Amino acid sequence: MMEGFTPILLLDMGLLAMLVVVAFAVVRLRSLFAIVMLQGVYSLLSAAWFVSLDAVDVAFTEAAVGAGISTVLMLGAMLLTEREAKPVPFQKQLGPLFIVTIVALAMFYAVGDMPAFGDALSPANSYVGADYIAATKNDIILPNVVTAVLASYRSFDTFGEVVVVYMAGLGILLLLGLNGNAGKWRAKPNGQNITGRKNAAEQREDKP
Amino acid sequence: MSAQNQHSPHVILRVVSKILIPLIALFALYVHFHGDYGPGGGFQAGVIFASAIILYALIFGLDEAKRAVPPSWVRICMSLGVLVYGGTGVATWMLGGQFLNFTVFAPESTHASGQHWGIFAVELGVLFAVTGAMVAIFYAFGSRVPELRDEDW
Repeated sequence: MMEGFTPILLLDMGLLAMLVVVAFAVVRLRSLFAIVMLQGVYSLLSAAWFVSLDAVDVAFTEAAVGAGISTVLMLGAMLLTEREAKPVPFQKQLGPLFIVTIVALAMFYAVGDMPAFGDALSPANSYVGADYIAATKNDIILPNVVTAVLASYRSFDTFGEVVVVYMAGLGILLLLGLNGNAGKWRAKPNGQNITGRKNAAEQREDKP
Repeated sequence: MSAQNQHSPHVILRVVSKILIPLIALFALYVHFHGDYGPGGGFQAGVIFASAIILYALIFGLDEAKRAVPPSWVRICMSLGVLVYGGTGVATWMLGGQFLNFTVFAPESTHASGQHWGIFAVELGVLFAVTGAMVAIFYAFGSRVPELRDEDW
């Protein structure tokens, strides 16, 4: 039992314990600013955990997207609403609690069928995965197999992903425009006019 | 605006980020061009580059950021990314190969340089598309917020 108790295992357990603590803090807190920041912390912790699992590319993406961009976008969304979340009465929490319990039990039931971590015979490590790792040396001659799979073997998939990212940007631009509104729409959360610079200037002129 | 900059309570933030933002952009380029050899690639580089622009917008204000990176560039940037990616596929067609099969770029090469050029072009497309889309989303949402007040920090 003791020989499996390596520093890496301790690190993994520490990181996962911190993830659980941060997750509970996110659920319990009412200040939206703190919640957004803790979500960034959660992403950073998972990125550290991915590094410890040797998934460096995934960790990189998680740190850049989860801790970087989405924190900023959540901050931007938070500024448009209240600063505090309203407390939810206990009766309304029972339904979600029931669903979460059922889903958690189903997931724990499925854990038994999962391959062990690092299992060489797991579906992800055999079949095409092993083929790509073996063939990259001769076909692509790149040290980073992830890049070879992503950009060459699965180039068509990545093309689809790029179009998805483009469509996300395009959809936002069609709905909001690059200046926050399509030019016609006006909204006033918390009594503040948020429809862009021109209106802010108008407001300032109105004051005196 | 400039007078306000000098007396703002965020002087340290401004000074530090002025040094850091070029380094973040440079690091994004490193992540991009080193993606063949280490972790990273177009997507991560695009997000890091976009976050450099977003950090500039957060510290110096959205108007300043829009002067540095005009919204019209952002639209062109994200469309250009998809066009570069798709165009690489069309180029492989024109050279008589399959769609996005990069070997036709250098069929005689013994060290797969056709694949390397293809991956380079495709990743460049990803970089442009991701940077453009991320900055576009930030501009769209950021423009709806009147100003970052001090209590929001």
